[in-house]
Amino acid sequence: MRNIAGIDYTNLKLGSWLGWQIETNWTNLWVYTLYALVRPVASTLILVLIYLVIPQGSLKHPLFVFTYVGNAFFMFVYMVLFGISWVIHEDREHYQMLKYVFITPRKMYYYLAGRGIAKLAITAFSVLVTLVFGVWILKIPIVLANINYALLLAGLLLGLICIAALGVILAALTMITAHHSFYLTEGMAGLFYLIAGAIYPIDVLPGWLQALGQAFPLTYWIELIRRTMNIPVHSQILSVYSMQDLFLILFFSTAALVIASHFIYKSFERISVKYGLVDRLTNY
Amino acid sequence: MGPELKTNLKAIWGRAYVRIFGANREPSWIISETILPVLAVAAYVYVYRALNPDPTYTSLVILGGAMSAYWMNILWSMALQFYWEKEMGNLDLYMIAPISRMSILLGMASGGFFFATLRAAAIFILGIVLFQADFILTNVWQLLLLFFLSMFALYGMGMLFSSIFMLFGRGAWQTSTLFQEPIYLLGGFYYPVKTLGAAVAAIGSLLPITLGLDGMRQLTLKSGKLMGFLSVKTEILLLVLMSVFFFLAAYYALIFMEKMGKKEGKLSLRWQ
Repeated sequence: MRNIAGIDYTNLKLGSWLGWQIETNWTNLWVYTLYALVRPVASTLILVLIYLVIPQGSLKHPLFVFTYVGNAFFMFVYMVLFGISWVIHEDREHYQMLKYVFITPRKMYYYLAGRGIAKLAITAFSVLVTLVFGVWILKIPIVLANINYALLLAGLLLGLICIAALGVILAALTMITAHHSFYLTEGMAGLFYLIAGAIYPIDVLPGWLQALGQAFPLTYWIELIRRTMNIPVHSQILSVYSMQDLFLILFFSTAALVIASHFIYKSFERISVKYGLVDRLTNY
Repeated sequence: MGPELKTNLKAIWGRAYVRIFGANREPSWIISETILPVLAVAAYVYVYRALNPDPTYTSLVILGGAMSAYWMNILWSMALQFYWEKEMGNLDLYMIAPISRMSILLGMASGGFFFATLRAAAIFILGIVLFQADFILTNVWQLLLLFFLSMFALYGMGMLFSSIFMLFGRGAWQTSTLFQEPIYLLGGFYYPVKTLGAAVAAIGSLLPITLGLDGMRQLTLKSGKLMGFLSVKTEILLLVLMSVFFFLAAYYALIFMEKMGKKEGKLSLRWQ
């Protein structure tokens, strides 16, 4: 199980174990659970209030369930992207351990992906709680019997691999940028939030942003997840694709992204070693 | 000018300098600090546009997004900074330097304010250009007073947080995270704070930025008066009180936390 199909499972396992320890062992279980819930619930409530603030808005608005579910699943994008790219900053500038990880015989790529898995597990809990809160408290119309669970799980898995690949690319960028890479990740997550149609149909965007959204794999991922949950389609642009089309687009774009992330990561790693950026401190 | 004052002024400038000029050595800030923040705010603009074409909501979001730059700066570059300095080994040096610790905090605040202003200005200007956000100026002097008072109070609060976070362990980062989205929610960054109801809006108004933002919306948006939680004059008065309170609280908290840190041996404790 150590190395199958070129994937270093030991490194993945160790990275995720370390990530889990760093994420959770600063406090007790109850405080951590509260911490894991407050942020996603707050960001969800912001959207709920936006629906309530407009004159003709209400939680019965046909777009609300679309927004709610899209936002819930988008938490994976933000948290996993951040979880992976922040590793560079944390290990380089905070714990100052990145150089030691570099000189081990293990590949950094799988170490980074492993650290993302820890964040993924925690985010899965937040997403689940947000969905349960939506169905039970806000009464969003999701019928559990109508969900295509097989496709939901397959789509979810593909999407998560896609997000992890994007996270590794951001981590590579973080290696050659200073400490404000924190804002870089925050900003990239903002860009993805904008173009992926997570909280509104991409049709409301101007043409060039629509084109960008259509070229972005996670747009199809969010749409696929909503369709598997039997949520009405609100985007004219994406309505031409069937669920199978969406799945295939996601599959091939994820495969391309994973390959690209390997090469991008290797190139940036070489640059950071060449210019001595592996152990620099920029925390001004 | 006495030598002590001169040394402290130099310390303020020295601490601010690395923030103002240090970033110039890293051109990537131009993207991460100006263009990307606008994109994050844009998503909220499009949510409103998908629901209601009234342009007032666009202006409301742009103003909230611009002000969020200051809150981000308070959280990540003020509150957490002494914790970071401790983790990096700089805090010990600050403690043995012949300067007031308040000078370091003031330097951090002024450098941070400069950088946050660049980010806020980028969101504001690009918001006007890209989304045709519409603002009117009803009272320039009141607007300036409100803005600077809310900044004084806010950075005073940041200095207070910095003193408190100084002795935190690894939970500092997570604590700071807890103050991001929940504060966007309580502070009414993307909707008028009075939507939350009087009781919750009053709790949110314990943050200077909530009052500042509410007042600025009243003074710059067409239907701003209808959105206001308190009158602008009341908000100005409350901000004056908050400015004094937070600066004094930061001063005494710093002395207290430093004493406690020395007693418990936590000032140089790292990675715990």
